[in-house]
Amino acid sequence: MEPLIAIVVGALFAISVFLLLSGSLIRLVMGLFVLSNATHLLIFVAGRLTRENPPLIAEGMKVAEAGIANPLPQALILTAIVISFSLFAFVLVLTYRAHRSLHTVDTEAMRVAEPAPRAARLRGRDV
Amino acid sequence: MSEMTGWLLVWPILLPVLASALAVVAWGRERTQTLIGFAGLLAQFVAALALFVQVWAQGPLAMSMGGWAAPFGIALAADTLGAGLTLIATLVALAIAVYAWADSTPEQRSGGLFPLVLALMTGVAGAFLTSDIFNLYVWFEVTLISSFGLIVLGGRREQIDGAVKYAVLNLLATTLLLIAIGLLYGLTGTLNMADLAAKVAQLPPGAALESIALLFLVSLGMKAALFPLYFWLPAAYHTPLPAVSALFAALLTKVGVYALIRVFTTVFPEGFALTREAMAWAAAATMLLGALGALAEVDLRRLVSYTVVSGVGVMVAGLAIGSEAALLAAIFYIVHSIIISAALFMAAGLVVRSAGSADIEQLSGLYKGVPWLAVAFLLAGLSLAGVPPLAGFWPKVYLVQAGLDAGAHMLVVAVLLSGFLLLLTVGRSFALVFWREAESAATPASPAPGASAALAGGGRHLRYALGALVLLTLLLGLYAAPVVEVALRAASELRAPGPYFDAVLGTAELRP
Amino acid sequence: MNSIILRTASPFLVGLTVLFSIYVLLRGHNEPGGGFIGGLIGASAFATYTLAEGAAATRRALVLSPIALAGIGLLIAGASGLASLLFGDAFLTGQWWFPAFNPELKYLSTVVLFDIGVYLVVVGAILAIIIGLEDET
Repeated sequence: MEPLIAIVVGALFAISVFLLLSGSLIRLVMGLFVLSNATHLLIFVAGRLTRENPPLIAEGMKVAEAGIANPLPQALILTAIVISFSLFAFVLVLTYRAHRSLHTVDTEAMRVAEPAPRAARLRGRDV
Repeated sequence: MSEMTGWLLVWPILLPVLASALAVVAWGRERTQTLIGFAGLLAQFVAALALFVQVWAQGPLAMSMGGWAAPFGIALAADTLGAGLTLIATLVALAIAVYAWADSTPEQRSGGLFPLVLALMTGVAGAFLTSDIFNLYVWFEVTLISSFGLIVLGGRREQIDGAVKYAVLNLLATTLLLIAIGLLYGLTGTLNMADLAAKVAQLPPGAALESIALLFLVSLGMKAALFPLYFWLPAAYHTPLPAVSALFAALLTKVGVYALIRVFTTVFPEGFALTREAMAWAAAATMLLGALGALAEVDLRRLVSYTVVSGVGVMVAGLAIGSEAALLAAIFYIVHSIIISAALFMAAGLVVRSAGSADIEQLSGLYKGVPWLAVAFLLAGLSLAGVPPLAGFWPKVYLVQAGLDAGAHMLVVAVLLSGFLLLLTVGRSFALVFWREAESAATPASPAPGASAALAGGGRHLRYALGALVLLTLLLGLYAAPVVEVALRAASELRAPGPYFDAVLGTAELRP
Repeated sequence: MNSIILRTASPFLVGLTVLFSIYVLLRGHNEPGGGFIGGLIGASAFATYTLAEGAAATRRALVLSPIALAGIGLLIAGASGLASLLFGDAFLTGQWWFPAFNPELKYLSTVVLFDIGVYLVVVGAILAIIIGLEDET
């Protein structure tokens, strides 16, 4: 099972890199989203995949019986999902605001905060 | 160790988070929020001071959250480095808060300025004081979420533009960090840094570990603004409120550098030749390109952003050399850079405020209108360049000495050359902005009368905040011995982390 | 959204979903469930209400602003960790209270208090995002 999921993780990474290299902000954000989901899957595989019982301690017992799944990756992924959920909510709103105030989602055209150097601008005027 | 001393670790994190929650409940009530903001930051500073005094007297300290025994629970821990950086960060945050209060409109203040600053300080203190690598990631995200809120506060067009770049690249960096942590967990089955150090040392060195180490270097380097991943910083740091720029420049990159130091002294202490080599070259390139970028820049606030980048190179150079003296220099430089980055951004903000522009080729003759600002800018700039009586001088002396001892001549040349370039930058901007005769035609907002009028409102408090930081860098330069002593203790603890590990793992009692 | 079916059904749906979210919150004490998932269910209840009646109606229904709700939740969660200070334990160590009149009652603990805090933080934060987005469009 692990090799299969590992291949899926690799494919997701490839997709996200492809999207991240795109010039459109929307695709860029999509790429980040795929990347973070691939990462969650990666942590899941890193914790080893087993077909076991849920990690719960039965009533009246002090420790869990043998053969329970590793709860730590699940806790890590849940934390990471919560964090990425809130961050992406922010980034999506930001993208929307950027589209409204800058009138573009083309990353090459977003130069309000980074105007071209003065020398280059002058040269541009001469030509 | 009784649990009560362990609580000293909790307060610097818990107090600002509670204050932030309280300020959020008082949403829209601007005066209440401001009051809670200052109370929270002051309480955090006092807590950090108490923690530092304890760590200085008794050595490293740790506490497992919820009483879950190490290495399974999440432990907070402080050695001299963590406690010292928390102390200086909370102190500088207080000065920045005064500046932020005096420099913001009531709408910005009721729009969440203080709750967000408190949340950011929670994340910063948490990152300095955790000994769990996944928890470190969580604190990074706490600072990131609050910095997102802060960077768009005000909502001008260029802020949105800067925020997009800042958000996307920092999100990418933290995701890469999470990948590195996931892979490391898959390899070792633990997240506790002391436990990781032991487990990694037992693994055979090879491609897997080396690539994880490189992944840590890339992701944390991106957060710290290390070459070639620093471009987001000068694209974004000049856009928000000056106080927010000061806060980011003072603390966020330093948290990245701290994490680099922590990870590469505990988890990957030695034997990662490729990573070390990459780190040294990246540090040298960061120093030089940061200084060159600053020299070429005409926007004063972007110029200051580039000097922040250059400083990151100096700190990472210390880590790349790795000897005790080099780590001492890196730690001293972090303290210096926290103070000076904030001071320079404050000064740049005041220039914009008094003259209405940040273009150093258009500004002129500000010395006549605001002489105190000229003096403060010059002192802060000279300290940045590393001119002798000021605080920036000492860490560079130690670093050059350590570099020569270790045979890292390339880094020594880079440190000296970048210092020279920064001196040129500071001289050029000071001469243009403050010293040359005012050209009345070129400066539409005439500085002399306009300055005092623009600063009449909260101007006094802005001056106090900047003055306090400049005084601090002067004092640290003149009385460097105590800082060197603290940095030396911190560096030697990093080189021999036994007591820190014992505290984290709770094994101190087991040893004679 | 202007749908008469949704608007007629939403009061019942919202009431039931909030009740269910509280059930899940308390169930989390000993079985799968808890503050986070309960909070998500609770937030989805109010999200339904926002879709049917608009952001202004949700604000009125909540009384407090969502962000203040999240703040209160954070305060409760932080304070529940502080309780262990009184007993000399580490931060966030669970403390239980078994009252004399009914020692079988397993719910009176700082752990449940923490979960309630998480529930409020999740509900508040998600509604702040949803209402913010609703206002943007």
